[in-house]
Amino acid sequence: MGSLSHHSVRQVIENFGRTSIRAIEELGYIFTLLTESFYWMIFGRKHHQPVRIRSIFAEAMVIGVRATPIIIIISLAIGVMMAIQGIETLKTFGAESKVIIGIALSVTREFAPLIVSILIAGRSGSAITARLGTMLESQEIDALRVMGINPVRYLVAPLLLAMMICIPALTILGDFMGLLGGALYSAVELNITVAIYLERSAAVLSWNDISQGLIKSVVFAAIIVLVAVSNGFQVHGGAEGVGRATTRSVVLSLTFIVIADMIFTFFLNR
Amino acid sequence: MNTTNQPEYAIEVTNLCAHYGSRQILDNVNLQVRRGEIMVIMGGSGSGKSTLLRHLLGLNTPTSGTIKLLGKDINKINTKEMFDLRKEMGVAFQGGALFGSMNVGENVMLPLSEHTHLDQNTMRIMSRMKLEVVNMAKFENLMPAELSGGMVKRAALARAIIMDPKLLFFDEPSAGLDPVAAVELDELIIRLRQAMKMTMVVVTHELESAFKIADRLTVLDQGVTLITDTVENVRNTDNPRIQSLLNRLPRDDAIDVDEYLERLTGR
Repeated sequence: MGSLSHHSVRQVIENFGRTSIRAIEELGYIFTLLTESFYWMIFGRKHHQPVRIRSIFAEAMVIGVRATPIIIIISLAIGVMMAIQGIETLKTFGAESKVIIGIALSVTREFAPLIVSILIAGRSGSAITARLGTMLESQEIDALRVMGINPVRYLVAPLLLAMMICIPALTILGDFMGLLGGALYSAVELNITVAIYLERSAAVLSWNDISQGLIKSVVFAAIIVLVAVSNGFQVHGGAEGVGRATTRSVVLSLTFIVIADMIFTFFLNR
Repeated sequence: MNTTNQPEYAIEVTNLCAHYGSRQILDNVNLQVRRGEIMVIMGGSGSGKSTLLRHLLGLNTPTSGTIKLLGKDINKINTKEMFDLRKEMGVAFQGGALFGSMNVGENVMLPLSEHTHLDQNTMRIMSRMKLEVVNMAKFENLMPAELSGGMVKRAALARAIIMDPKLLFFDEPSAGLDPVAAVELDELIIRLRQAMKMTMVVVTHELESAFKIADRLTVLDQGVTLITDTVENVRNTDNPRIQSLLNRLPRDDAIDVDEYLERLTGR
């Protein structure tokens, strides 16, 4: 009995150790990908292997422009929901008009970057993992390497740049649509015009509130790309492996985004 | 005699050992490929031929031993030298490895657009020329998903030769092709060598194809080189393992199915 429990404790410790080592390895790999991507962005031209502008635009088109309609709809809906909840809650204190402050601050600081990043992680992060995983399995990554084309420079760096441009841009759009959603509902409930609502929101917001959301969105963009790429580049086991990696990529991205959000919120509001 | 100050061998592999984890895949493999010759690497499944190819391409790092391509030790040269060396190499992968998001013409042009400053028209003309060599010119606007297996391999070959490489590698060129397409591809490889004077390494397990295209053959078995010689000498060798491979006989140590079932069922 004693030896059995001793054995299982040992196994638990072993498993914990192995998982920790794998996690550290993966973090190291993600950090290497980040460093290598920036290296190619800065020194690529010197090595006659520049990060192509047209690749960045092509990726930005898929990640950003095509995601615009869904961002508009979701952000608008979130603005309306926040207004409904806010007005209902504040009614108890007779402070319905203060809903403008609540929505303005929470949308710009929190909801817009978070919702945009979650949407893009699900939409583009999964697609990136699936694309790279399939390319790896069909030897396309090997083909790039033997052609003397660095896969990080050719595939990852444009993605990273495009994502770091698109997510902040979509966050600004999300900010505006969220405020507009709040304004539309409040216009009906509080009998104020949309213009006045937006004017008051603008008066409440400082550059610090908007930049808080934008800083977060840049970090979330890097998380989405690096997690998606590291999972895509480690695919094995054919189509099933690609599916597994895609699911893992989305789950990890969302987890890291929420944890990073918590950490940033803590430090940026002290 | 070598009068051009170039090494006699385009490829020199010396005492190459490779492992996947603790499993040894290649055990002291030696191989010399002369300039302009077609060397076929043969062997059954699990013989280590694909691993050897990956090492020759610099995709894997050996446990020990050296690999010299065009006189350069690929595990000792710096990134810049390796980058330059890669421009002298072309590879036709088993499944083609064409990029699904690009059409045939764009796939073939990719090495040019990444490594040269040629304008778009010149690149297009050059890619069309190579596609004509492999009889694929009229399919340049098709996407890889719209091609048959043989067409994918020919398009991949056009991409592999677009930079006029000195070394051309093939991974199982006729695998998965019907007999007619396989023969056509073999003839294309021979024609290419005559026209472009490249050194070629072909990894295959197709005997007919190997005997047809090879100047010399090397036979691998369980990570060990059994023989490297001319087609005639390989055919006439009395090494029993080579003969069983050539005659498609099961290995001596292969499990007897009846005996195995008896042991399993206890009957």
